[in-house]
Formats: sequence, C-alpha cells, structure tokens
Amino acid sequence: MKLPRFAHLTTLLLLFAVGLLLSACHQDEPQPWQLTNISGHMPDLSFRLTNDEGKTVTADDYRGKVTLLYFGYTHCPDVCPLTMAQLHVVMQRLGKLADGASILFVSVDPNRDTPAVLHEYVKAFDPHAVGLTGSPADIEALTKRYRAAFTREAGKSDGSYDVSHSSGIYVFDGNGKARLLATPEDAQDKLVHDLHLLLGPGSAP
Amino acid sequence: MPSRLLLLAIGLLPVGNLLAAQADHVTATEAWIRLLPARLPASGYVTLHNTGSSAATLVSAHSATYGSVMLHQSSMGSGGMSSMNAVAQLVIAPQGKVTLAPAGYHLMLEQVSRALTPGDSVDITLDFADGSHLPVHFLVRPANATDPQ
Ligand SMILES: [Cu+2]
Repeated sequence: MKLPRFAHLTTLLLLFAVGLLLSACHQDEPQPWQLTNISGHMPDLSFRLTNDEGKTVTADDYRGKVTLLYFGYTHCPDVCPLTMAQLHVVMQRLGKLADGASILFVSVDPNRDTPAVLHEYVKAFDPHAVGLTGSPADIEALTKRYRAAFTREAGKSDGSYDVSHSSGIYVFDGNGKARLLATPEDAQDKLVHDLHLLLGPGSAP
Repeated sequence: MPSRLLLLAIGLLPVGNLLAAQADHVTATEAWIRLLPARLPASGYVTLHNTGSSAATLVSAHSATYGSVMLHQSSMGSGGMSSMNAVAQLVIAPQGKVTLAPAGYHLMLEQVSRALTPGDSVDITLDFADGSHLPVHFLVRPANATDPQ
C-alpha cells in the first residue's frame, strides 16, 4: 500500500497490454489479404535505376501505381519467363484495373542486361512491365533492402553463366509502402484477389 | 521364295526384337518452346512416356536450329533462391513418364541459327543411353504463353 499510484498505473498498463493482445487475436475484420502481409516489415520502395528506355528513374516516378517488384535476368530461360508470363495472365485477369499497376523487372545481371535487351524482353510479356537496370552496386543495394539475394554462378566454357536469384514478388501500394509478398508457391488466384483489393475503387491510393 | 521369306523376316524384326532401342518405346507429347526475344536462351518442354518394359534413359539432345541444347533442371533452394543445374541423364521408368515443364526439367536452347516466330516448328532430337534417337517436333510459342497448348 506504499505505492498505490504505481500499482494502479501498472495494473492499467497491464490491462491495456492485454487488451491490445486480445484485439490482435480477435480482430473484428478478418484479414483480407491472401498473400503474405509485409506491411511494416519491409522498407518503402526506393531506388534510382535506368529503365528499359535508357532513362534514369526513381521510385517516385511510380507513385500512384501499385508496383510488383521482381528480381530476375533475361538469360534465365525457365523460371523468370514463367513468372513474367504468369504476371501477364494476372494483368489480363485484372482487366482495366491493371492500368494502375506496374511490373518492375529488376535485372540482377546488369552486365548483360542493357536497356535495349530489357526493353525487348519485358515487352514480350506485358505492356505493364518495365525493365530496370543499373550499376552492380545500386542493384545489390536494392536486393539487400528487400532481403533478396542473388549469386552469379561459375561461368561455362563459352563465357555464359547463370544467376541464382530470389523468386519472390514484392507488392507496393501507390504510396510506395511495402504491402505483400507473393512466392512461387502462392496460387495466381491469391495475387489476383489481393491486387483487386489494392487497385479497386475505395482502396487507399 | 527364300528371298521373300527373308524380306518378311526383316519386316518383322522391330516387332519381334525384345531388346528394342530405347527411343522406339518412348513417345513425346506437348513439345513446345518458349520463344524469347533478342536471341536470348530459350527453354524446350516435352512430356515423355515410356511404353516399353525396360527403362529409357535420356542423356542429351541436339538440333540443327540451336548450337547448344542442354538438359537442365530449375530448382528452388532455401530462402526462395531459384537456380538452374545441368542434368547428366533422365531415366524414364518402364510404363512411366517424365515431364519437362516450366520451373523443372527443361531443354536449355542457345545459339539459335535462324529467326523463329510463334507457330514455327523446330526439330529437336532426343538422344538415349543406348545410342538410339527420337526426333521430336517442338511448337514455338510466344514468351508469355502459359496455358497448356
Ligand atoms: Cu536452364
């Protein structure tokens, strides 16, 4: 009874903390996202790179667009084209809403992926796709920012080489906030569902 | 008469031969190539059925259209890292099938020797361990093809 005020305060704080925990467990609204929600766990979209038309662009140029960030390289004949083809189908399924989205294909092989090669590459998949390249240091900084990794594998006799790379697709909202992560295991329906929510009327820009 | 009998015997030979070449009891379906622009390496996909009673082992492939054809496998490692590796051989069990499909086994096609457009057909010959060959027509499809053809 010597410190009633402190005791009260502690109890109040404890109740408050329990209340927070309870509200977190019993959300009134069900979690609307089907993909992994990364809000608050990944930094905002930020970069300064060269687009597939040879122009310097920054994340600010894509404000107002929902962006899908994917790391790949054009000499990847199997997994990267599959991902890009699937994103093309997602865009088609979104119909008109797709115009509010951009697919950002960031090359992890800037030595070979010139803007010209990237341009032909992304346009073969979808009109909403943009190819981005830059200095190896800038590319590495961007992959590190999103804890994505890539490794250049040992070269072959003809001088060609493969690049192992992270396969996730990071989704940012129109304010450049990281929102969702799609992995190759995620069904395409989930991405379509969540992009509908992010792009649809009434969604925050 | 003896010569006619001999002809008959030769005609029956492939059917009666218990040690038929591996390529003879493999059928290929859904063969297609994902065409990429700018002469970038492309991938060939095909489903192989072994209708025989012994295994067939695919060891390589070659084509007049590509200077280099390699048997590869894409795999997903820890942390969602995607990588490609060369595959020395691919065994198709008796009455079994092996599917070369996106994000798995594929023929990596490089050094294309002519301009290709979607709708073209490219011949690729599959080479089996016993030295037998299976020529297969691959349909060229656009980069963003996904649906089964
Ligand atoms: Cu490959």
